[in-house]
Amino acid sequence: MKIFVTVKQVPDTSGKVAVKDDGTLDRASMQTITNPDDLNAVEAALDLKDKYGYKVIAFCMGPGPAMQMLRELLAMGVDEAVLVSGREFGGSDTYATSQIIAAAIDTYGVEDDDIILAGRQAIDGDTAQVGPQIAEKLGLPQITYAGEITKDGKTITVKRILEDGYMMISVDTPCMVTCIKELNTPRYMSVSGVLEAFEKDIAIFDYEKLKDHPLIDATTIGLKGSPTNIYKSFTPPQKGVGMMLKGDGKDTTNELADILAKKHII
Amino acid sequence: MILNQKYETLRKLYRQFAETEFTKEIMDELMDTGEYNWDMHKKMAKYGFFGVKTPKAYGGAGGDYIDYVLMVEEFARVSPVLSLYANTPNSLGSGPILYGGTEEQKKRFITPVAQGKEMMVFALTEPGAGSDAGGTTTTAILDGDEYVVNGRKCFISGAPMADWCLTFVKTDPSQKGSRGISLLVVDMHLPGVSVGAHENKMGIMGYPTSDVVFEDVRVPKDCLIGKVDKGFPLAMQTLDGGRLGVSAQSLGLAQGAFEEAVKYSKERKQFGRRIADFQAISFMLAEMATKIEAARQLVYHAAELKNINSPDASKVCSMAKLFASEMCNEVAARAVQIHGGYGYIREYKVENFYRDARIMTIYEGTSEVQKMVIASHVLK
Repeated sequence: MKIFVTVKQVPDTSGKVAVKDDGTLDRASMQTITNPDDLNAVEAALDLKDKYGYKVIAFCMGPGPAMQMLRELLAMGVDEAVLVSGREFGGSDTYATSQIIAAAIDTYGVEDDDIILAGRQAIDGDTAQVGPQIAEKLGLPQITYAGEITKDGKTITVKRILEDGYMMISVDTPCMVTCIKELNTPRYMSVSGVLEAFEKDIAIFDYEKLKDHPLIDATTIGLKGSPTNIYKSFTPPQKGVGMMLKGDGKDTTNELADILAKKHII
Repeated sequence: MILNQKYETLRKLYRQFAETEFTKEIMDELMDTGEYNWDMHKKMAKYGFFGVKTPKAYGGAGGDYIDYVLMVEEFARVSPVLSLYANTPNSLGSGPILYGGTEEQKKRFITPVAQGKEMMVFALTEPGAGSDAGGTTTTAILDGDEYVVNGRKCFISGAPMADWCLTFVKTDPSQKGSRGISLLVVDMHLPGVSVGAHENKMGIMGYPTSDVVFEDVRVPKDCLIGKVDKGFPLAMQTLDGGRLGVSAQSLGLAQGAFEEAVKYSKERKQFGRRIADFQAISFMLAEMATKIEAARQLVYHAAELKNINSPDASKVCSMAKLFASEMCNEVAARAVQIHGGYGYIREYKVENFYRDARIMTIYEGTSEVQKMVIASHVLK
């Protein structure tokens, strides 16, 4: 009974975003953080662990410094961490990355009652592709944008939050779910968690370890094997904040009509 | 000292917790009501802050002294009073039992304290025995299997909330000074124990302090910690560690006040430019930063000496407490000065830092007592 959580170390884009001449992000000049949505996935995994006794394993693909981020996740309560790291993997786009992470998770071993959780998307690329691609490559069902996750036996039910409503979807394990920030508030590390995290070994899955996996093809990983070419990187414009009017009486409808009228919509 | 990654990760945890949880609303409430915030207590317990350096066998995290001072520093940087919440169970509220208790007593008394389920306070000071702690007049007379305790302890931080009181009592009045003093853990719910009115303090509001009065309190004999008549060294040993806690608290407070001063001096404009651009202000900030850094190195060094149980630890802990507490008063005063009139207004954090700073050179041994300790070491 395991939960695999995929996590990414990303530049902190809440500060200044630095872009190199070739259009890619200048990661070296920015502070790194754990991708925020991934922390929601970690919290969801730990919550399921608290309730049902899952073993939680974090998987991260990245260079050596990502080890520190994995230690912080161990300090939150994650049981094991795996760093997928190798020169051959460098520069991978989402297509190549999902292939490598899927191979790494499969190498660890996916069983019948296992779940893979991922953040909806990483704040550096905003693609939201890696999670779903991992599911495709492992042949698992997937539910994206989870705002609520419940479990009943082998069945996982997810409230899938969309811009204009929500869907309730049930799926049997093994499956893959991507999480959004509305799902939960990530817990802090704990004192004993930190102390223990620095006594644990973090496994490293490198190219040697994964090269014989059927998903790994040397021509489709790394920078050279990635089909994506970056044209331009930019910070998307801020979206306006939504507004919620409560109540089902005439006053609320009047208020709504008033707002719409002021904006010349009606 | 350069902190390793484990220490930096702990600092990150402490800072994240303090900056997120110690909200303005909570701090205002502490100041307005003076009441202990039990919700905060529970949250702190959940993340293990009450047992940072308590051994794992007694419900703690088994950390070292640096793990601990970093917590007190980071918490005090945001709220000196809330740093006290987490400091006490790691320090005065468990120390004497850790140093002198039996295995059974450690399990029985320390575990619930480290887990935040029970509160224990340290009662040494009496109306007539402050810096001269050897002047204890609270008595305990053995009667069968019980000690009968009579007397009054004062300025006991946390007494109104406490389940247990580490009470230093005179068991042999024929012995003078610090001799003939024993340590009893007194159940605060026993008949004859009462707490006085909450003291109306200048600062550290939200952590009630009061007298504890003992009138014919019958305390079971198995609540004696260590040997009879040999309790005073346990108090001194605990206060060594306690001084380290206050030095870290002073350091954090100074850092918090300093950051407020830097922020304000960059925002505030007078004579057509930001006040930070005036040398009078920028030199003040430079001196504050330097003194804070010097205190930080001294505090961490003292913690390292405690980690290796160095014979110099006691002296250097007193030095750290003396230097950091005096420094934080200077830094807090200057932070208020930089704020001008606004620094005198409650809305501004430096006003609170300034009032909280005042106790640092007083509690757990005044600056003068620290000098006595240091002098006794250097004149040995």
